[in-house]
Amino acid sequence: MAGTAGANGECQNRAVLDQWHPVGAIDEAEPNVVHVTRLLGESISFAVTPEGRSAAWRTRSDLTAGTPVDPESVTGTLPSRCEFLYVWTSLGDPPEGSFHIPEFFEPDRRNFNACTLGVYTSAPRAVENFLDMGHFPFVHDGYLGSEPRTEVVDYNVHVDGDTNEIWATECQFWQPAASATATEGQMVEYIYRIMQPYSILLYKSCPAAPERMDLIGLFVQATSEEHCRGHMFLSLIDDESSIGHIRRFVQTIFAQDLPIIENQNPKRLPLDPQAETPIRSDRASIRYRRWLSDLGVTYGVIPAA
Amino acid sequence: MTADPFTMWHPVASAHDVPYRHVHQAQLLGRELAVWRADDDYVNVWENRCLHRGVRLSIGSNDGTELRCQYHGWRYANRSAGCTYIPAHPADAPARTICNRTFGSVERYGLIWSGESPVGDPPTVDVLEAGTPFGLRNLPVNAPVSLAVRHLQSHRFAPCGRLDAEAPSMTVDGVSDYSVTLTARAGDSQSGDSQSTVVFFVQPVDSARCVIRGVLADAPPAGEQLAVWRHHSTELDQLRTAIEAEAASMPAPEPMVPVLQQVPLHLAEVPDAPAGRQPALRVQVQRKWGAAAGVAAFELAPLEGVLPTFQPGAHIDVHLPNGLVRQYSITNGPGESASYRIGVKLEPDSSGGSSCLHETVREGDVLAISEPRNNFPLRRDSTRTVLMAGGIGITPLLAMAQALDRMSLPFELHCFVQSAEHVAFAEVVDGLGGSVVRHLGLSPDETVAEIRRLAASYESFSNLYVCGPGPMLEAVRREASSAGWPDDAVHFEYFKNTNEIDDSSTFEVALARSAMTVTVPAGATILEVLRGHGVIMPSSCEQGACGTCVATVLEGEPDHQDVYLNDSEHRAGDRIMTCVSRAASDRLVLDL
Repeated sequence: MAGTAGANGECQNRAVLDQWHPVGAIDEAEPNVVHVTRLLGESISFAVTPEGRSAAWRTRSDLTAGTPVDPESVTGTLPSRCEFLYVWTSLGDPPEGSFHIPEFFEPDRRNFNACTLGVYTSAPRAVENFLDMGHFPFVHDGYLGSEPRTEVVDYNVHVDGDTNEIWATECQFWQPAASATATEGQMVEYIYRIMQPYSILLYKSCPAAPERMDLIGLFVQATSEEHCRGHMFLSLIDDESSIGHIRRFVQTIFAQDLPIIENQNPKRLPLDPQAETPIRSDRASIRYRRWLSDLGVTYGVIPAA
Repeated sequence: MTADPFTMWHPVASAHDVPYRHVHQAQLLGRELAVWRADDDYVNVWENRCLHRGVRLSIGSNDGTELRCQYHGWRYANRSAGCTYIPAHPADAPARTICNRTFGSVERYGLIWSGESPVGDPPTVDVLEAGTPFGLRNLPVNAPVSLAVRHLQSHRFAPCGRLDAEAPSMTVDGVSDYSVTLTARAGDSQSGDSQSTVVFFVQPVDSARCVIRGVLADAPPAGEQLAVWRHHSTELDQLRTAIEAEAASMPAPEPMVPVLQQVPLHLAEVPDAPAGRQPALRVQVQRKWGAAAGVAAFELAPLEGVLPTFQPGAHIDVHLPNGLVRQYSITNGPGESASYRIGVKLEPDSSGGSSCLHETVREGDVLAISEPRNNFPLRRDSTRTVLMAGGIGITPLLAMAQALDRMSLPFELHCFVQSAEHVAFAEVVDGLGGSVVRHLGLSPDETVAEIRRLAASYESFSNLYVCGPGPMLEAVRREASSAGWPDDAVHFEYFKNTNEIDDSSTFEVALARSAMTVTVPAGATILEVLRGHGVIMPSSCEQGACGTCVATVLEGEPDHQDVYLNDSEHRAGDRIMTCVSRAASDRLVLDL
């Protein structure tokens, strides 16, 4: 099975190289210090200024992790930007702008990184799991679902013609404790939005403000084809719960997913329609797999023959 | 010449690796396997991968009859590995062909044997057949099988009863590519000769890994077993050290990459395409007995292989020796997959179906049946499930009740019968305990009153399932509707359609996908005309009761004459039973 990684595991897939990729939460990176991480099979370093400007580069021996550095003085850098809580970089030619999240700038929202967690699976498997409601009663029993309320009612999926983003709308699921503030079961409305191959956002009906929606994002950093780090982006209306309480809730949910998605075989997402058996409730993931094929994504997936 | 390992049987687990309610992860020739024992002692060996999203089945749960995937709760039946329930779509019956990959399994000498595509039967070993096999500790080794087999030929151990023997004499009694048989002897002037024979089977896990599974031909006396086991463990540890030392000095072989089977094309698309007409199966009447007054029960076992997966509510067509075809519900509980059990009531005005089964068919007879079809699927997301059975109408509801009972979901099973002697499969009904209510000897008016009482209030997430004679079904329909039950919460199975069928109209039917237009003349059915034009259509009862021959209506107004669809489905006009219903408009366009 020919992967798309080079001899040293580095990515050679143009469609993925040209994307913006998150490499760390701005708030969690000490300013003016070298941070080292991995991206697409390579070692990548980055640093941020106290004002929130960034630099990223392929790791080199004169700038080891923890070294004090003025990011703006580093030469031979990769493209980088600070946006939506994270430092983003690219190993190719990324687009001028990235996706938009207008809600992020509303003054009464609390925006923060709930956690960054390493997962031994491919980035697309992690995204597809985030997109899936059917597993709630089994994997998140008592939180996001509860037997026997297992039905996934039909929802709509479309690709936006202007942005080429996938939207799954009118998603509904019965949840016993849908959020950190929920005290009783309710039918919760979801909208899913996939902005780029490894980045997905969830809009969720908000108990505190019925007209508005909470945003939960999973921005995946593909460290290699079969390993990734998931950055959990939150933009909430909730002004009651402590950040610690919300973080604990999100981390609990993520931790419940881990042993499941690390036990998927194969780890790379198969794009051949005959590799796995979809059902009606998998419409969004079917569209996601087809969309990855159409974009020419071959990294982290098993391309259709 | 080396035998092809892919056509051979190999041990994949020890019998004690697969206790009840456990799922064991094994590996053979690079392929991961999920091995689990059902409560009826059948050991299942499956590809370790749920074919929905690839999650390992070895992290799923074994409820004794079915294996449940941990990710989305899909349930797979004992033996057939067919999917019986998809919780995300509680109202739909899973396509019967959703089936995990299975491999053969035989339990022999305390080992579970399986293979990729094994030919014949697992090996029999004379010395183990004659003895009382006793399993030694399994020894996983990081080395290819060939290396393990070579080292095993010079392996040494002491015979039972003389574990202290300094230099037992060893003989190699047999060697194959995947096994070595050794005998150890020790002489003693006082107690005579002691000897022990061990057969070592070597399981090829991957190209560079194997498991040595030793079986002592004769079990030591109970008091010495632990000492013998420890002795062999110690000797085997040394053997492993030697084998792995040599393996480490050799270049590592390429790992084996098992080919994952593709799912059938029709399952790769959404929504599922309707299944075509399936070939009949042949079954043998293993047992025939009186299941209640006037009811004969039949246990139908496959002549060979495994029966297809059934779901609660499913029925089979039984082809009778006199040429008639009749439908009977499968009464089995979940995972009871070795045979189908049906109940047949002798109809006083039998036109030859029930009387043939009662009077002519005997134990040992061979019958042709269809694969199970489920047009009466059971939702399992209800907080209240009411099952109402009229007489022999209990048969599909019995399968449902056992499935709900197994999953600890609340239900009520109401049996309306003439007397206690008329409760069919009473021993199964009794096993359902307090969930069963027997309504004995009620008059028609009393029956209606009781139905009215039971259906008096509707709450969301309640579902009502009813099977019985026509008047009872009509009463349930009426009473439930007036008590506020929505049509989609009330589920019926009719025995037969007692409506008078009016087939006097003539109309056109256009098939959207087949790009074909046909005329259905008076006296012929849509189903007959389509089949005459080579369109493959499944059917079963052919009287508008079972729902098998359903087609989707894209245009035109159906003239419904069936009893399968409910009133709101009739009004919606988007589905039609092609065996009896016709067109009220000049033309129908069907999605075929």
